[in-house]
Amino acid sequence: MKILLDEEKCVGAGQCVLAADDVFDQRDSDGIAVLLDENPGEERLGAVETAAQLCPAQAIRIEKG
Amino acid sequence: MRDVVVVGASAAGLAAAETLRREGFDGRLTLIGDEPGPPYDRPPLSKQLLAGDWEPERLRLRSDEELAALDARLIHGVRAVGLEPRRRRIRLSDRDEPLGYDGLVIATGVIARRLPFGHELAGVHVLRTLTDALALRDDLREARRVVVIGAGLLGAEAAAVARTMGRDVTLVDPVAQPMHHQFGPEIGAAVARMHLDHGVSLRMLTSVTGLAGMGGRVTGVHLTDGTTAPADVVLVAIGARPATAWLDGSGLSLTDGVDCDQTCRAGESIVAAGDVASWLDHQTGRRLRVEHRSNATEQGMAAARTLLGATLPFRPIPYFWSEQFGVRIQAYGTWTAEARMRIADGTPGQDRFTATYEYDGRVVGVLGWNAPREVRGLRKLLE
Repeated sequence: MKILLDEEKCVGAGQCVLAADDVFDQRDSDGIAVLLDENPGEERLGAVETAAQLCPAQAIRIEKG
Repeated sequence: MRDVVVVGASAAGLAAAETLRREGFDGRLTLIGDEPGPPYDRPPLSKQLLAGDWEPERLRLRSDEELAALDARLIHGVRAVGLEPRRRRIRLSDRDEPLGYDGLVIATGVIARRLPFGHELAGVHVLRTLTDALALRDDLREARRVVVIGAGLLGAEAAAVARTMGRDVTLVDPVAQPMHHQFGPEIGAAVARMHLDHGVSLRMLTSVTGLAGMGGRVTGVHLTDGTTAPADVVLVAIGARPATAWLDGSGLSLTDGVDCDQTCRAGESIVAAGDVASWLDHQTGRRLRVEHRSNATEQGMAAARTLLGATLPFRPIPYFWSEQFGVRIQAYGTWTAEARMRIADGTPGQDRFTATYEYDGRVVGVLGWNAPREVRGLRKLLE
């Protein structure tokens, strides 16, 4: 899978880090999310889907396959 | 269960529908929304959309393809007008024949409160829907003087946007500081200082007694101190009430929105989620209802699982945020005015600080002012 992150939409809530801290982190300066792993393995799909769903700004999209 | 109807096609309803599918529900799914278009996100309405930075397309919660993948019947622009729980059916605004269900999700949200006067005047707005936000945005383009009634989250954000657009802005509220209810006096004072620094006129400890108009258009706001604040545009941001009128007489308990148990269950094969739903907090036994974006998703997911047979209590750590003049305030938890605020790091008035709220010997809330990573760290105190 490939993860797409919309930095402009991101509000720095950090919900993605709480859901999958091996895939997402937050910048120190403003808390905007950064991808630690753009193409995580399929075994992380559940956690990444949770991150995308919980993101209050809906800034995460997943391209499967 | 072969036939689930979700009433309310915003964040909570959509999260419930998607969770039903993710957890294996393969029966018929119907999503009914009273607004005209596809599901959209509300927080940007008082931020980027109002400022003109984003267009409505950018607020869409799901693309056409994603909605198609949900394999649901989407009915837009139709209201639910009645519920008959014993016969397991609801009545809709656009048809005579009722719609049956064997599982129902209530996610009808809230409706903006209005003043008992003045809303017939042009230039007087509320802000809840995309339609509201676009109308206010149009009016702000031509406006010189804007009065925002209500200095809660929505009013404070809209005042900041209007001021950033260069309008003369007056913010009126009977409380002592903007966002006093949310943050208490000290941090409320920091919010006040930020608005004052940007040139917003604050009229705190002041109520509205009437609106002045001429030729059908608003011209000012009469205040309890005897003055009138001139206005070409007025935003009434005095809170919202749960959209439960359609449930009157249904037999559901409606003391604070739709009353649910600890698992978001409101009745036989009925769950509720989002702004409209209150639930019993498993820890305190208190009834909670949270009108924030994150709760809509989390409760939608929890309610869907309950409908599918789960019996887990809904135990969120509520999160909300606000953006004003480029400052991002973030908070976790729920607290009341009795909670004691303690600064964890920094000082209110500086451009970065964190705080905790304590009640009965434990931390019930944490807050960050331009401190996103720090506030996520403090969240552990609430687990």
